Amino acid sequence: MLTLNNINVYYGAIHALKGISFEVNKGEIVTLIGSNGAGKSTCLKTISGLLRPKEGTLSFKGNDLTAVSAPEIVSRGISQVPEGRRIFANMLVSENLDLGAYLRKDKAGIKEDMEKVFSLFPRLKERRRQLAGTLSGGEQQMLAMGRALMSKPELLLLDEPSMGLAPILVKQIFSIIQEINSLGTTILLVEQNARMALSIANRAYVLETGKIVLSGDSKELMESEEIRKAYLGG
Amino acid sequence: MKLFNLKNALILAALIAVYAIVQMTAVAGTLSPFYLMTLVLVCVYIILSVSLNLITGYTGQLAIGHAGFMSIGAYASAFIVVKMQGSLISGLLFGALIAAIAGIIIGVPTLRLRGDYLAIATLGMGEIVRIILLNTDYLGGATGFSVPKSVDWTWAFWIMVVSVVIIRNFINSSHGRACISVRENEIAAEAMGINTTKYKVMAFTIGAMFAGLAGGLYANYMYIIQPMSFSFLKSFDILAMVVLGGLGSITGSIIGAGLMTILSAYLANFPEMRMVIIAVLLILLMIFRPNGIMGNKEFKLNFLISKKER
Repeated sequence: MLTLNNINVYYGAIHALKGISFEVNKGEIVTLIGSNGAGKSTCLKTISGLLRPKEGTLSFKGNDLTAVSAPEIVSRGISQVPEGRRIFANMLVSENLDLGAYLRKDKAGIKEDMEKVFSLFPRLKERRRQLAGTLSGGEQQMLAMGRALMSKPELLLLDEPSMGLAPILVKQIFSIIQEINSLGTTILLVEQNARMALSIANRAYVLETGKIVLSGDSKELMESEEIRKAYLGG
Repeated sequence: MKLFNLKNALILAALIAVYAIVQMTAVAGTLSPFYLMTLVLVCVYIILSVSLNLITGYTGQLAIGHAGFMSIGAYASAFIVVKMQGSLISGLLFGALIAAIAGIIIGVPTLRLRGDYLAIATLGMGEIVRIILLNTDYLGGATGFSVPKSVDWTWAFWIMVVSVVIIRNFINSSHGRACISVRENEIAAEAMGINTTKYKVMAFTIGAMFAGLAGGLYANYMYIIQPMSFSFLKSFDILAMVVLGGLGSITGSIIGAGLMTILSAYLANFPEMRMVIIAVLLILLMIFRPNGIMGNKEFKLNFLISKKER
């Protein structure tokens, strides 16, 4: 569904992604793992059009995405949950969700999806008349995910959904990610919490300083000696 | 929301009452011309501060060149009325149009950037416009440009009301919500598929357009316009009104504009003291109400209508 081919991204003189190539197939959960500064978030930002690759091609469902603007990419079915949630703090929960559906015109479909989001995240329904900034960290993460789902994406990009959350909440969020996937949304997950990410993903790519150093089935990777040492704590 | 409910009817009745009281006392001569002038200026400044609030308060883009757009509108409308013998309406519309075009010219290159570039560019723009006007003898140069007085209380008041209603409706539309999301978090807005540059330029252009309209009213009321009266201090005055009232509150801007204009009128005899008193006022505000008089809340009469209609 999504194919990256030899992507090179620079921040000024800094070469952040050095020839990354990978693919995500329909219906999968694919995870990118790696330590700080490996280029995971840069990768997601490139896919969602917030950054431009200097070299390489990016295609989604057979169409080239390399020169497509960020708003257009959303309308083609890729939605991103940005790192650190980035909700609209001074707006109501319901207004945040409405903005997620900003590019859609089908009012009935938007309403239906709002109900879907509320059934995935019952807490958001309880708090829909509350300012988003007053939610707890976990609830804000749920809101950010719900907001991204409101654009009815075929591919959902998740940037560190576990950031700053208690282990029990992380578990909850990850089981919701699996549920979203089972409802038919393909997921590309970027995580530092390699153990959690590998446990729900079908396949994984390991990034180190802008390069993919390992890839494969996530079960196999979990067993591999290198991964255990580097990311899973022995 | 229904258009005709108790709340809207009451607002309309209040507006008509304010208009009628001022109009009648002015005609009867009980309201002195000085107070009438202050009230007309309040209307002009309400348009200016509400339109600046759209740019700075709602869309989150710091702009300090509102006096520049005001002067563009003032001179463009005066040009139509005096040099072209046009009607007042055509002058006002032309002034607003030219100011909007100036807004697009300044906005398109600078609003692509994040950060303080817009503030610097608008500040520079205001000064450039002032210097150009100062050196254009065709438009009066430094001595000023005489314009016959054709705006009265009726014009000023109802144009102010229409401007505020248009800006309010824009903010409450889906475009307005997109603008607010740009202020709240530009990256997230972009990730939602909102074209942030487009909305920043849109808000900025609408703001500039209404500043031009206000400038037209001002020009056709004051008998004479001079480049001097549109210096950057005027831009800061307007910004102070917005901050005083509360960024992101239309009713706040109206209160801010009213308060500052009336205060300035009373302090007209002590121009040195005026800046000191306004500075003290702003410092007190920062200490006791850091978000402005209204914060980002609106004064609403919603309790008058059933919950369903809100």
